[in-house]
Amino acid sequence: MSDNGKPKFAMYWAASCGGCEIAVLNINEKILDVDANFEVVFWPVAMDAKYKDVEAMPDKSILLTLFNGGIRNEENEHLAILLRQKSQILVAFGSCATEGCIPGLANFSNTDQIYEAVYEGVSTDNPNHIRPQYNYEVPEGTLHIPAFYPALRTLDQVVDVDYYMPGCPPESHQIAAVIDLVLKVLNGEAELPPKGAVIGAGNSTVCDECGRKRHVKSITKFVRIHEVDEIDPELCLLEQGILCNGPATRSGCGARCPGVGAACIGCYGPAEGVIDYGARLMTAVASVIDSNDPDEIDAILEGIPDPAGSFYRFSMPHSLLRMAKPAWSNGNR
Amino acid sequence: MSEQFEPVIIGFTCNWCSYRAADMAGTARIKYPPNIRLVRLMCSGRLDPTFVLKALSEGADGVLITGCHPGECHYLEQNYKALRRYRLLLKTIAQMGIEPERVKLVWASAAEGVQLARAITTFVEEIRALGPLRWPLRLAEMDIKETAAVEEVVA
Repeated sequence: MSDNGKPKFAMYWAASCGGCEIAVLNINEKILDVDANFEVVFWPVAMDAKYKDVEAMPDKSILLTLFNGGIRNEENEHLAILLRQKSQILVAFGSCATEGCIPGLANFSNTDQIYEAVYEGVSTDNPNHIRPQYNYEVPEGTLHIPAFYPALRTLDQVVDVDYYMPGCPPESHQIAAVIDLVLKVLNGEAELPPKGAVIGAGNSTVCDECGRKRHVKSITKFVRIHEVDEIDPELCLLEQGILCNGPATRSGCGARCPGVGAACIGCYGPAEGVIDYGARLMTAVASVIDSNDPDEIDAILEGIPDPAGSFYRFSMPHSLLRMAKPAWSNGNR
Repeated sequence: MSEQFEPVIIGFTCNWCSYRAADMAGTARIKYPPNIRLVRLMCSGRLDPTFVLKALSEGADGVLITGCHPGECHYLEQNYKALRRYRLLLKTIAQMGIEPERVKLVWASAAEGVQLARAITTFVEEIRALGPLRWPLRLAEMDIKETAAVEEVVA
């Protein structure tokens, strides 16, 4: 890698799906600005580089690292620590790195249950019950694969994080805006936001950006979207009894899902100042139930068959409890 | 364990009823176990489930939520909101493997010092029977396990 004097950029994926990288590529011609202004030194999905190349870099030599994905195994943790060491600005990029996201739902189960699902599932033929061995002796020596951790952690539960960029994935126009900001900072035309800030998102809720009409909410029945004959195209989805996570979710996406008749599922994470996303959503959703009778309330709540999964779909590892009790009771890996 | 398990319980009280009931229990010298730490809110409707989860995640073994009897809320009907949130919270924590019995809602008017003291005594015994929750300790153990996993592999 030649040193052309340009600031260095890195992007890494830990426990994630790859959607964040696609979102970065979706900024279209703006990606040329990234290339014109940065030297991309490490980005496994886009270019070939070895971990030892990163290890050989001087500390703090990378200006900007976008880190997506949660910390699920030893390799994820190693790279999180390494990239923290080598980067001046480390951004928890996307829902997995900030809150745990879908991979974080595994925090409802322990390692044995996860292995059971992965290695013994209905679509898996594994008559010998083979499970991963982290160290395996072969004539050439010992093979080692990264150890799987009992629970998924978010990036800031492992290393110090400078900024958070929510979304599953972050909206491309938000990514473009953040890149513009960083370029302005490089040219001395703007200043970086305070450390720990949420960037590339709004400070309000999805409801605030949603164009649907709202009235006083009063719910007598929760329905799932496929149980509705016809969705009113203009009325608030929650008022139609469809569980919508908009009230607790940070703005920034432009309320795209409710805009097309799909309930918000909360991928932009907690709104400003919210400590526990699921708890805030419980507050909002339960308040508008139109009943004062405990039995009737329970009957209405039957319409939410999986409250923990609905309220903590994206935020389980970053919630106050971090994981469900079964995750404690891990057998030997 | 040779020593008896003493549960840590956080109690949320309403300024207009249960807090005064607890006060009354005090002035009337009615005894209730010291396991409960009372927090005064202006209304049970102020109770955000966040408070309950924060208490449990930071070491409480049980949480008691108290408010005005149905129909008697100082703010008209906020205690019903507390009731709805409570029912939803129970379903959610059950999925997280926490016994729903660890969180309890009781109504107590300002005149019911005796009843509140009795409810607290009962709840402390119920939690004692359930045993400790020790959430922060368990999380710390998990972190140690993760460190141990790495060391084991590296060695």
